[in-house]
Amino acid sequence: MAADLNAYLLVGAVLFVCGVVCMATKRNGIGVLMGVELVLNGANVNFVAFSRYTDLGLDGQVFSLFVIVLAAAEAAVALAIALNFYNNHLTIDVDRANKLKG
Amino acid sequence: MVGETLRNLLMIAWLLPLVGFAVEIFGGFWGSRKSRTAAWLAVGCIASGFLCSASALVIWGNANHWSVLNKQSHHSAGEHGEHDAHGEQGKGGHAAEPAPKAEHGSVSAQGPYVLTAAVEEHAAESHPAGPTVYSGTLYYLARIGSLDISLDYYIDSLTLVMFTMVTFIATCIHLFAMGYMSEELTEEYVDHNAHLSNGHHVHRPGRFYRFFAFLSLFCFSMLGLVLAGNIFQVFIFWELVGICSFLLIGFYTERKSASNAANKAFIMNRVGDFGFLIGLMVVWTFFGTFRFGETVDEKGTVVQAGLFQLIQRDETGNVVRDAESGEVIIGAHDAALTPGNSRKTIPYALLVVAGLGVFAGCVGKSAQFPLQTWLPDAMEGPTPVSALVHSATMVAAGVYLVGRFYPMFVQEVLLTIAYVGCITLFMAATIAVVATDIKKVLAYSTISQLGYMMLGLGVFGWGAGLFHLVTHAFFKSLMFLCSGSVIYGCHHEQEMPKMGGLWRKMPITAFTMLIGVIAISGLAIPGLVSWSTIFAFSGFFSKDAVVATSLAFVKANPSHFLLFLMPLLTAGITAFYMFRLWFYTFAGQPRDHHVYDHCHESPLIMTIPLMVLSVLAAFCAIGGEQGKLYLMLTGDQPAHVAHGVAAAAGGITLPGHDAIHAVHNQAGTLALIAAVSGTLIAWVLYGTNMVNVAEMKRQLAGLHGFLANKWHFDELYDGLFMQPAHIVGKFCSWIDRTVFDGIIHGSAKVVLFVSKWDRLFDENLVDGFVNLLGTSTFAVGRSLRVVQTGRLRQYVMFIVVGVVALFAILFTTFPG
Repeated sequence: MAADLNAYLLVGAVLFVCGVVCMATKRNGIGVLMGVELVLNGANVNFVAFSRYTDLGLDGQVFSLFVIVLAAAEAAVALAIALNFYNNHLTIDVDRANKLKG
Repeated sequence: MVGETLRNLLMIAWLLPLVGFAVEIFGGFWGSRKSRTAAWLAVGCIASGFLCSASALVIWGNANHWSVLNKQSHHSAGEHGEHDAHGEQGKGGHAAEPAPKAEHGSVSAQGPYVLTAAVEEHAAESHPAGPTVYSGTLYYLARIGSLDISLDYYIDSLTLVMFTMVTFIATCIHLFAMGYMSEELTEEYVDHNAHLSNGHHVHRPGRFYRFFAFLSLFCFSMLGLVLAGNIFQVFIFWELVGICSFLLIGFYTERKSASNAANKAFIMNRVGDFGFLIGLMVVWTFFGTFRFGETVDEKGTVVQAGLFQLIQRDETGNVVRDAESGEVIIGAHDAALTPGNSRKTIPYALLVVAGLGVFAGCVGKSAQFPLQTWLPDAMEGPTPVSALVHSATMVAAGVYLVGRFYPMFVQEVLLTIAYVGCITLFMAATIAVVATDIKKVLAYSTISQLGYMMLGLGVFGWGAGLFHLVTHAFFKSLMFLCSGSVIYGCHHEQEMPKMGGLWRKMPITAFTMLIGVIAISGLAIPGLVSWSTIFAFSGFFSKDAVVATSLAFVKANPSHFLLFLMPLLTAGITAFYMFRLWFYTFAGQPRDHHVYDHCHESPLIMTIPLMVLSVLAAFCAIGGEQGKLYLMLTGDQPAHVAHGVAAAAGGITLPGHDAIHAVHNQAGTLALIAAVSGTLIAWVLYGTNMVNVAEMKRQLAGLHGFLANKWHFDELYDGLFMQPAHIVGKFCSWIDRTVFDGIIHGSAKVVLFVSKWDRLFDENLVDGFVNLLGTSTFAVGRSLRVVQTGRLRQYVMFIVVGVVALFAILFTTFPG
């Protein structure tokens, strides 16, 4: 049981780390978004795994559904931002998006 | 009917000057300053007033069938009682005529919105021995509780004679003033006696119309005072007279001396009026009425007795007093006998206070000792003002009031009046001896003569005092007008040492003045016509009456011998200083050729009044106490005067007419001797060159200085009242400056100190804290700014590192 859960958790952790690394390294805005998706999905894997193997029950699955919806919404907003940014700057390099720095 | 006619005539005479005043003062604003219209209007008003008064006098006399004049003299002693019986019979006969007593008209007049304008008329015979007195109400001013404030009238022989005298003299003076004040008929008048701070003379528009407006207002006030039927109304017009004199004395208001003199006159009169008010309060508290005569309703029944009826006198002439308490009974004393009748009484002392209070007002108004110092200063006014206000009328108001209020005075008050008059007449006469200003001499002689009148009234010579008032009014206004003529002719030179020999230049003035001087000096030629008659001018008769009364008084009360010696001595002094004035001014050689060469006789408009007045001054009193003027004047004399007053225990005996007549010849002779010797001394000193006057003055320098400084009265009052006031003022200002200013300055300093510290606290502590907050926040923000790179990836790295760090801490802190 534990080994199984650990396996899931491991997959979730790998996904999470991949996502974080992706976010930290990519200069492309879309790439960063992808990293975010990975992080979220890593978390989803964890939720679902816990719901399956612990007495968390259905709550975990519901939570993961929420996260998916949230991710979709976030992607929509973020892509819109990326498009607008591109329209204005002809690039989506996040390093160039430093107008708001202090 | 008679009462109504008299009332209407006197009302017209009284109100015309008011109309004149209103027209003149308002017309003056729009009219030309060069027009004499105002003067003619004023003369017209006052002259019509004179005609009304004179006809009123005639009507009054006719109504009484001239019983006053036909009455045999009181002096035919021995037959005295019989004559009184005659009088009674005569009166009885008149009562059968359509007697005025039955008349009570109720006339509503004076417009729709007037208050109750019930004009009551009431004619009552208040004095059993005298003819009728008419009294009533003209107009109700206000009714406060039981206090009626109304305009009443009280018409008797005194009122009528005063009305005629005042209006006549005022008419003459108005005419004279038209000439005297003609310099004011200009758009730009240069006042040579008023200096601006830059040394220039004051230039101002002429004030001709205003002068006449004030004169008219003055006449209105004076006539109102004489007509007044209650003591409160007297007070109202008393004050009006005061304000008019203030306006007229201060006519040259740009001159410092004139405005000071006006203030002085006004303030000194206020001192007397204070006493007057006290007297009024006593009268009101105890008598409950101010009216002289009875108050009558429409049906003719007597609602309330007048003041003169409320004080009762017994056969000896003393006031009726309660046998037990000694208080004076108010109202009919036979009513007191019925049991259960609550009588009103007044403590005797308070009756004295009431009398003294009213007399205090008269002291102020008539310039008696000790309030006499305002009158000489009041000579700052134009000379016609001096003639009208300060010789014949206004100062006469005080004497008039003493005469009018006579039934209310008891022996103590009369004695005070006598002594005040005695001091005044002597003191003023001595000052007049050394005065060199022609008007000042006349001013002091006025005070002195007013003293004679007061003395006469005080020693129970009711007729004598008022007789002197009327004759004095004529010759003193004449002399003032003469001096005005001299001043006008000499281009406003008033110092007698600069005159001399003026009779050659102004004969009319000199001659009329000489008549006035003889009149006031009381010179007479006995036995010119026959041995029993004396040919003399008016002043002799009236002064003779006063002196005779005082001699009779002194014979009855030997301890008061000064009351005879002083007036006798002063009669000599009077003759001396008056002839000194005349010799100094008109006789001898001119002393100042500049003045002499430029002086001239005054125009006709000024000399005609002089001539008219001089005739009257000479002959108005012809016949003396058997003469028409005296008999007319005393027709309604208070009942107790004729028989005198017998002394109560330890009291004062007041002489009756018999006693006076007994000493008349003696007193007259003594007074004549005094007057003649005074005249001779004046002639020796000033009319001839036998004595060097300057040398005499040098040798008597001490006395001369004392007199020239007016007995140091100004200095005395300065020391008594002014200096203490100044000291108190200085003390107050010192307290202000040290204590109050100190407190205020101290508190200001404390506040300044506190606020300084407050500022320091605010600036350093509060501001410091706030600023510190701000700067530190700013610094933090600035330092945090470094991490806000805007690099997304870096942020992610931070998050990661942060999370790892959090976990690391978590695991290290809670290893389990």
